[in-house]
Amino acid sequence: MDSWFYSVFEFLFAGWLPEILHTPVWIVMLILAIVLPLLIAVAFSVYFDRKIWAAMQMRRGPNVVGPFGLLQSFADGLKLFLKETIVPSQANKGIFILAPMLTFILALIGWAVIPFDAKMVLSDINVGVLYIFAISSLGVYGIIMSGWASNSRYAFLGSLRSAAQMVSYEVSIGFVLVTVLVWVGSLNLTDVVEAQAGGIQNWFVLSHLPMFVIFLISALAETNRPPFDLPEAEAELVAGYQVEYSSMAFALFFLGEYANILLMCALMSILFLGGWYAPFPFLEFIPGWAWMFIKIAFFFFVFAWVKATVPRYRYDQLMRLGWKVFLPLSLAAVVIYSGIKVYLF
Amino acid sequence: MIEALAFYLFAGITVFSGFMVISSKNPVHSVLFLILAFFNSAGLFVLLGAEFLAMILVVVYVGAVAVLFLFVVMMLDINFTELRQGVLQYLPIGALIGIVLALELVFVVTSGAFDPASLGAAVQHATPAVNDVNNTDALGRLIYTDYIYVFQAAGLVLFVAMVGAIVLTHRRRAGVKRQDIGEQLARTAGDAIEVKSVESGKGI
Repeated sequence: MDSWFYSVFEFLFAGWLPEILHTPVWIVMLILAIVLPLLIAVAFSVYFDRKIWAAMQMRRGPNVVGPFGLLQSFADGLKLFLKETIVPSQANKGIFILAPMLTFILALIGWAVIPFDAKMVLSDINVGVLYIFAISSLGVYGIIMSGWASNSRYAFLGSLRSAAQMVSYEVSIGFVLVTVLVWVGSLNLTDVVEAQAGGIQNWFVLSHLPMFVIFLISALAETNRPPFDLPEAEAELVAGYQVEYSSMAFALFFLGEYANILLMCALMSILFLGGWYAPFPFLEFIPGWAWMFIKIAFFFFVFAWVKATVPRYRYDQLMRLGWKVFLPLSLAAVVIYSGIKVYLF
Repeated sequence: MIEALAFYLFAGITVFSGFMVISSKNPVHSVLFLILAFFNSAGLFVLLGAEFLAMILVVVYVGAVAVLFLFVVMMLDINFTELRQGVLQYLPIGALIGIVLALELVFVVTSGAFDPASLGAAVQHATPAVNDVNNTDALGRLIYTDYIYVFQAAGLVLFVAMVGAIVLTHRRRAGVKRQDIGEQLARTAGDAIEVKSVESGKGI
């Protein structure tokens, strides 16, 4: 993290805090420095999402609360906060309450390894890519547990769909990650970005374009976004696993979902669009974190764009795409990209 | 000190959730405790400095195997309390097997077979110095050089098991309509529609 941030820490705490508490307090400060902007970003991304759909459907979108409706998400959050939490009478109470918390926590802890700029990362571990992969594969538990604990058929059907869907698309995401990682030679996310230094011609989006497309579509499926939002399919499952949730429990699901989408956008920026690097040398005066922000916003726009334009897949089409199209393609790509790496470089 | 605290936290939760797996009444709770046990074992791996193994444990066991396990337990309406009826009857033999296994483990560990100094020269030679490479790198070098045949054989065994499972469970049922996308797309108005001139006052 930046040194000015450390001087803030020294100014606030170093004088009076015992030595042993310095590291924990510093880490908590770093975590807050990531989580608070992230939650604000989540609130505005919901607004951004709704505005994009509105624009694509020739509507105005939220425009009442605050200037241009900017405060709409905060009003919605306040409304949810004031509502009553209803636990269904036959529900499995502990798991019912645990599930939204789990979804929200998992959506946040993935950000621990995301590098926002050179050296601007909370935890620069050398298995960063695997860590994110593991965290996103855990995301299915929040949905599965909520679906089972709600004791409702709609919720249960939604959670079963989701379990099968997320497990299927994880496989091709894993193989796409492998094709990028063999070119980088490291599992560290900072190394992945630094392998793409030197302008747009070195970004993996060019050399790995087919993999990028597979990853983008699999990321949509992994985050349960349209056209793969079958777990919540409001037409037949009346919102699926979320159907019994109200108040803050629902809000946690909602926030967790958007935090996950932003995490996937950040991961795509790092893996394929060169993370914090500028596309052209003359644009390097813009700081790295701003480039990262622009790239995440771009991918978020693509997600919203897809939601506004593509109709929902049928379940058998979804499974066919995952197992019969993406899996063989990405498996072949692992062999091809490893071969290119070994014999041509 | 923090490491010791973390170890006792992870180990304590692992043992507690392992106990809860066999003692909780609801089978879904059992599976969830099993997942907690996996997760905390991954934490123990991290403390050992084996972060690659920890992540693979989470990805493979928690992210895939346990999901399918949970899936099955939720779908099947197994009455586990009925299954547990005979638990006292089988307790002596179960305890005997447990004690034998525990004794064997103690014997192997105390015999010094896992002492790095007494391991074979090949292993010593193949392992790069810990400070030079991270453990993902070291593991990859070992698996794809010295142990390539063992590794491939393990993969082959899993593959055979997978093919076997599919062969045993897959059956073709007659009379099931399947969607053939190629056939659907190849259909044109020419072979789907037939134009007939119907005379007035008569049917076809």
